[in-house]
Amino acid sequence: MLTALHKELLLQWRSRAQFLAVLVFGAAALLLFSFAIGPDAQALRTFSAGFLWLGLLLSSTLTLAESFHAEMENQALEGLLLLPANPRAIYYGKAIANWLQLALIGVSLVPVMVVLYDAGTTRIASLIGVILLGTAGLSAPGTLYGAMTAQIRSRQTLLPLLLFPLIVPALLASVKATSLVILGDPMGQSRSWILLLAAFDAIYWSLCGMMFGRVVDE
Amino acid sequence: MLAIEVENVARRYGRRWALAGVSFRAEAGSVVMIAGRNGSGKSTLLRVLSTAIRPDAGTARVAGFDVVREREDVRKATAILSHASYLYDALSARENLAVAARILGKKASVDGLLDRVGLLARSDDAVATYSAGMRKRLSFARVLLQDAKVVLLDEPYGQLDPEGFALVDEVVAELKSRGVTVVLATHQVEHVSELADQVVMLESGRLV
Repeated sequence: MLTALHKELLLQWRSRAQFLAVLVFGAAALLLFSFAIGPDAQALRTFSAGFLWLGLLLSSTLTLAESFHAEMENQALEGLLLLPANPRAIYYGKAIANWLQLALIGVSLVPVMVVLYDAGTTRIASLIGVILLGTAGLSAPGTLYGAMTAQIRSRQTLLPLLLFPLIVPALLASVKATSLVILGDPMGQSRSWILLLAAFDAIYWSLCGMMFGRVVDE
Repeated sequence: MLAIEVENVARRYGRRWALAGVSFRAEAGSVVMIAGRNGSGKSTLLRVLSTAIRPDAGTARVAGFDVVREREDVRKATAILSHASYLYDALSARENLAVAARILGKKASVDGLLDRVGLLARSDDAVATYSAGMRKRLSFARVLLQDAKVVLLDEPYGQLDPEGFALVDEVVAELKSRGVTVVLATHQVEHVSELADQVVMLESGRLV
């Protein structure tokens, strides 16, 4: 798995221009959402968590759809499987790399959110923690579905159609937890949402790892 | 001892049968040439033997293992040079081989292999900058990295210069002397027939 992860990180580093493009896309999405709300400062702050995760979700489809591009170019994934490499190791290496990339995008969008939505918070560690858990919830099923759609021409369209319904629970928990971190949590509800998010992450990461071999191997 | 046993193997893509009832056997340490026109099923046969694809009918055993029920064991015992290069364009030659070496659990340096296939001078360049012949050489090095009992070579001479031809011949002879079974799918029939112990001719997926 470490070999697979190292390979993924190396590939991501070599295509870092794409990371910047995705980051700019996410920031542009947040900007457009702020225009939709208008100058109502209270509304902007209230909906900031939702828009952050919406921007991250849209950015994630670009990242995840392209994550298997290098594998399919010269059938490199088939080459690894025939060595033989453990499909689960390949999956977890790729899913962790995708997770790190999405988490970096999420954390990078926080300052944009603070500026556009006046959604600052002193609970930075909690906010980063929720972003890490939430992006883990995107990365695991996204990597699996990215593999499923990798060889299809319309993968950019098909991936969101398959992925979005599956990740609604994790996304909902991420939005709620983020909102409570930003707006305050007088009733102490954030712990429940974070635990729910962690539970979904555990389910996604274990099930998707088990299914990956079936998806990529004939 | 038999290294390869193929019994009535068939494989189809949609309604077209790429292989239809192919049977042959190969002794361990022998060189088998698979010949035939374009589209005759040579690559499909090699992909079935490597477990990249499953046969739709029939059975095949490679190095004593069934290609459907014992895929992992077949994969550990075989190495394939396919039409696809199995390389990452964004990585260098050294990095590509290093990834394969680590997965195989080999700690030795890959420089020796790169030197043998004539790529040491360009080993740190991204594969995306390589010519087709250089990619073939690197894919060949990747095959040599695996200590396989059965080596499957699909058009190994394709895109290679005369020096590359000599390299392939030298490696095939060396593998044979080490008791490795080599299966070559090729159009270079006259050239390979001097090396081959057995010839399998395919025409429209059937043995001729």
